[in-house]
Amino acid sequence: MILETTQQALQALFAGSVPADGAEPDTPRANGVLTRDYKTHGYHLDAQVDADQLLAAVTVLDQAEFFIESITGVDWIKEKQMEVIYDFSRYDFDACRVVIRTRIPREKPEVPSITKIYAGANWHERETHDFFGIKFAGHPHLVPLLLPEDADFHPLLKDFKA
Amino acid sequence: MSAPIQLRPDETFILNVGPQHPATHGVLRVKMQMDGEYIVKSETVLGYVHRMHEKMGENRTYAQFLPNLSRLDYLGALGYTHGHVLAIERAAGIEVPERAEYIRAITVELNRVASHLFWFGAFVMDLGGFSPLMYAIQDREHILDMLEAVTGARLTYCYYRFGGLYNDVDDNFIEAAKRFIPRMRKSLKKYDALVTGNIIFRKRLEGIAPVSAEMCRKYGATGPVARGSGINFDVRKNEPYSVYPEFDFDIPVYHECDSLARYRVRMDEMEQSLRIIEQGLEKLPDGPFMAEKKPKTIKLPVGDYYQAVETARGSFGIRIVSDGDKNAYRLKLRSPTYSNMHLFDEACEGMLIMDALAFMGSLDLVIPEIDR
Repeated sequence: MILETTQQALQALFAGSVPADGAEPDTPRANGVLTRDYKTHGYHLDAQVDADQLLAAVTVLDQAEFFIESITGVDWIKEKQMEVIYDFSRYDFDACRVVIRTRIPREKPEVPSITKIYAGANWHERETHDFFGIKFAGHPHLVPLLLPEDADFHPLLKDFKA
Repeated sequence: MSAPIQLRPDETFILNVGPQHPATHGVLRVKMQMDGEYIVKSETVLGYVHRMHEKMGENRTYAQFLPNLSRLDYLGALGYTHGHVLAIERAAGIEVPERAEYIRAITVELNRVASHLFWFGAFVMDLGGFSPLMYAIQDREHILDMLEAVTGARLTYCYYRFGGLYNDVDDNFIEAAKRFIPRMRKSLKKYDALVTGNIIFRKRLEGIAPVSAEMCRKYGATGPVARGSGINFDVRKNEPYSVYPEFDFDIPVYHECDSLARYRVRMDEMEQSLRIIEQGLEKLPDGPFMAEKKPKTIKLPVGDYYQAVETARGSFGIRIVSDGDKNAYRLKLRSPTYSNMHLFDEACEGMLIMDALAFMGSLDLVIPEIDR
């Protein structure tokens, strides 16, 4: 039930495009909402959005009373891109896990911060900044969290050399 | 004669709690701006035991990474390794024999009781009662002995394998577990009589440190912290995995939102875990404990996989992004205390420092699991 309404609400961000089916997409895939097989993937909805659609997509989930699970990044060095992945889930028994992802250019990784919507995104964004150097515009306190306070390196980058 | 020592009425000072402090149960530092004994603002400083497990996850094969998982939360390690093997089995499509899943559930629940017992002792000790820790450790020792006999380790278990277990449980383990259940039930009654009704204990917790359900949602709090705020959420029920649908057990939920509610949730959870262990031992099927058809080296199909499990501290998630190689391209660990601890800074504003330390205890922190 919540799955369909959330899917429709997220699909509304991509006015005019056709909803994609659950088939494994080519990488890098086009933006849009996919339904995933929960049994193999562990989540139900998978939405790839543009960085400037991010706040709208997260607001949809906030209004539907999702809670934030985590935020993380992936360094796609071959495609010269970085990916930021947001996980959301629900407290009720209408199980619905939603993944929001966005791809940004590797040389200038920047996405808007969602701390104004979810206060709990604060540490997750700081951690992702630590590990990947992704900038979260509008974050109140983007300094190293897990790394030393003077750290200027990003250990999860694929070209990181210790 | 010199001038008297006094602060201006509007003056605050900075208090450092930690990095080494008995109330933090590990190396955690909290910077607090204080107005007398009241907290004006607090800022948690993390990273003192950060080991970059996620990078190790990229450099090792999936099987080599298995021991790392038990170095996250050293009090309830089996739950974390369970999450990892389930994630791999889900992505690679490995069928696990029923006996193995039953043994996994029994051992995970034993570990959950052990973790809650240690938390119980340490929490009451934070509040000034020393003897409950001794009783709790004595009970916990029985569990550790049992688990040591089957897994070979007392805390940092590496017992589960992709497709099953490292070895089968023997009759001694089953006998010991059967003996342990009535013993533990008796102890729970004792703890209740000894601690729960204690007037000093209750004054420190009742109505203190309210965490609203809305705050839990914004911070992603899970586990006993969320259940103490009236949220009926447990991954074992909400997103059933393993053989948990086969068991008859309840999820304790309290609506008071205070520190005492979080205490009560964990105390009730031990009884529910005992029920699961009891049913598991009764239903334990015969058969193999390891899948027969299993690839020698695990390579996952290209894709992005997520697995959540309910550990003693809340919902632990593992995300594996695979590019088809025998290592993960990216491996993300979502640890429950990270989110539970995050709400501390907001929730403790305006609180007395002693109440905040009791509140910190009620969050059941394990620092290596926050820092990873």
